[in-house]
Amino acid sequence: MRVILERRDDRPAWLSLASPLAAVTLTMIAGAMLFALLGKDPLAALKVFFIDPLGDGWALQELAVKATPLILIAVGLTLCYRSNTWNIGAEGQLVMGAVFGSWLALATHGTANGPWVLPAMLVLGVLGGMAWGLIPALLKARLGVNEILTSLMLVYVAELLLDYLVRGRWRDPQGFNFPQSVSFEPEATMPILFGAGRLHIGFAIAVAVALVAALLMARSLKGFEIRLAGEAPRAARFAGFGTARTTLLVFAVSGGLAGLAGIIEVAGPLGQLQPSISPGYGFTAIIVAFLGRLNPIGALIAGLFLALTFIGGENAQIAMRIPLDVTRVFQGLLLFFVLGCDTFLLYRLRRVPNLRTA
Amino acid sequence: MGMTEAILLTIITAATPLLIAALGELVVERSGVLNLGVEGMMIVGAASGFAAAILTGSTVIGILAGIGAGMILAAIFAALALGLAANQVATGLALTILGLGVSGLIGSEFVGARRDALAKIDLPWLSDLPVVGKILFGQDPLVYVSVLLAVGVWWFLWKTRAGLVLRAVGESHGAAHALGYSVLKIRFLAVLFGGGCAGLAGAYLSLAYTPFWSPGMTAGRGWIALAIVVFASWLPLRAVIGAYLFGGVTVLQLHAQARGWGIPSQAMSALPYLATILVLVLISVRRRGDAQAPAALGTPFVPDR
Repeated sequence: MRVILERRDDRPAWLSLASPLAAVTLTMIAGAMLFALLGKDPLAALKVFFIDPLGDGWALQELAVKATPLILIAVGLTLCYRSNTWNIGAEGQLVMGAVFGSWLALATHGTANGPWVLPAMLVLGVLGGMAWGLIPALLKARLGVNEILTSLMLVYVAELLLDYLVRGRWRDPQGFNFPQSVSFEPEATMPILFGAGRLHIGFAIAVAVALVAALLMARSLKGFEIRLAGEAPRAARFAGFGTARTTLLVFAVSGGLAGLAGIIEVAGPLGQLQPSISPGYGFTAIIVAFLGRLNPIGALIAGLFLALTFIGGENAQIAMRIPLDVTRVFQGLLLFFVLGCDTFLLYRLRRVPNLRTA
Repeated sequence: MGMTEAILLTIITAATPLLIAALGELVVERSGVLNLGVEGMMIVGAASGFAAAILTGSTVIGILAGIGAGMILAAIFAALALGLAANQVATGLALTILGLGVSGLIGSEFVGARRDALAKIDLPWLSDLPVVGKILFGQDPLVYVSVLLAVGVWWFLWKTRAGLVLRAVGESHGAAHALGYSVLKIRFLAVLFGGGCAGLAGAYLSLAYTPFWSPGMTAGRGWIALAIVVFASWLPLRAVIGAYLFGGVTVLQLHAQARGWGIPSQAMSALPYLATILVLVLISVRRRGDAQAPAALGTPFVPDR
């Protein structure tokens, strides 16, 4: 007796909902085992990780703040991965968006500026991320260079550039030599949504972006082009949809959205440039995209869930002295389980008797 | 010891982990599997190798622990990418994310711990030869292992029947399956070999190259190893050239920073990554497309009985 994979004839709708839920459940079980291994009470740890961050209004605001960059980036990556284009350098595009946008904030600092500054910063952020994303896209489209490696290498380059700026020419002269820029002026920071709190309009932007992307993917010709490029590349070519054009488009969109996430993060929760502006949002967003089943609305929900792991990880470190790396382990496990469960959308397990090969 | 000699020595130690990891991945890719988790397997190898060496006091056990850890992660990858036919790119990324986290957990107790680097061999007469003595006959044992590994992989892939079968699986899994070869078993063994190599490369970093553990110490070397495989056109002996080239860039960058030529240190640190992009571009321009990549690279295989 052995077990084999057999292609499904049907694709029941309930399975595509059940698969991410099963993945989350399996991650929780694996997480409980991991906590037990670390000598912590598994149930208490799970509670700190996944329940406590949902405790009150403040905590929920924090969750939305953390989810904002994840959702923005993951929506862009959804388009990429749907078209079978592998942008894994969103972290670098995020950094470049933050650098481009912050340039304006610093250039107008201390001058009589108006309400145009913040919108202009956001536009610059989009352009910065887009420019950085178009480098691997152009190399891929024009010269056939593998986009996976180039987009990733550019992450390191972007981070070093930010480090150089913050320690060098953009350092706050009155900052006691700390490697950080001046704090942005009110005109250059994201407005807060509800009176006193941390939730800023960035979250509203992220939700709007996800909704618009979902609509365009499902109803527009471009959305069809992108999906076709991934699912049936030959058919896409016969239909006259250029592969190169799709590559450029999805990289421009995902780079732009990652850049937007970067400038929103800097102009929002951080309020200034620092050597490190992201705890790996660009990489975690890859998991968000897959957990959300490569669907913009799914990314919205999955973004909130992964934001939970960031906050839960910080809480667990403070409350239970659990190392922060557990967050990464969780995220890695989650992606494994998501990918594993997705197999059962396409295949079913079947037990077959051992055939002696003649 | 002269300056040139010192530089050549450091190039060799910088190139060795890249070479070992690249050779492992080369075999994996020749079997038609793309495992992007090299960085993750490498860093877990570095953490567990160092931890085991500190706990047991034995470098050999440390090295074996590094290899074992790499193979365990590779087995997880294989279970998903081969057993469940999951998307290989995404599974490899998951492996890297998981590996970075796991290495942090393993290594957290050992941050700041130090031990002597893997001893260099010292041959009574040969090591004292002028110029070539230290470079050819005074390295640590793993440097020789890496070169032997390159020759061994070349011999295996091109001079043995098993190597031919492995390459056939990588070119056309359907044809190999029809001939009665077990595609998944062969790929599983290749992936395990790749994991062992990545783990060994990591252990080399924490036991011979630095020698200590610090979080994130692989700093993209796993990704550079992947680029070396492309640079080498999937040929083992060319991987040696690639690894030494990148080792050279790493060392050049360190020396330039030490001299302080008025170039920002960040610009010098970016050099290996920029060099990787440049090399990938040059290779693509020369080759036009991926003509030399194994034809079945990255495509999952599900046997239909």
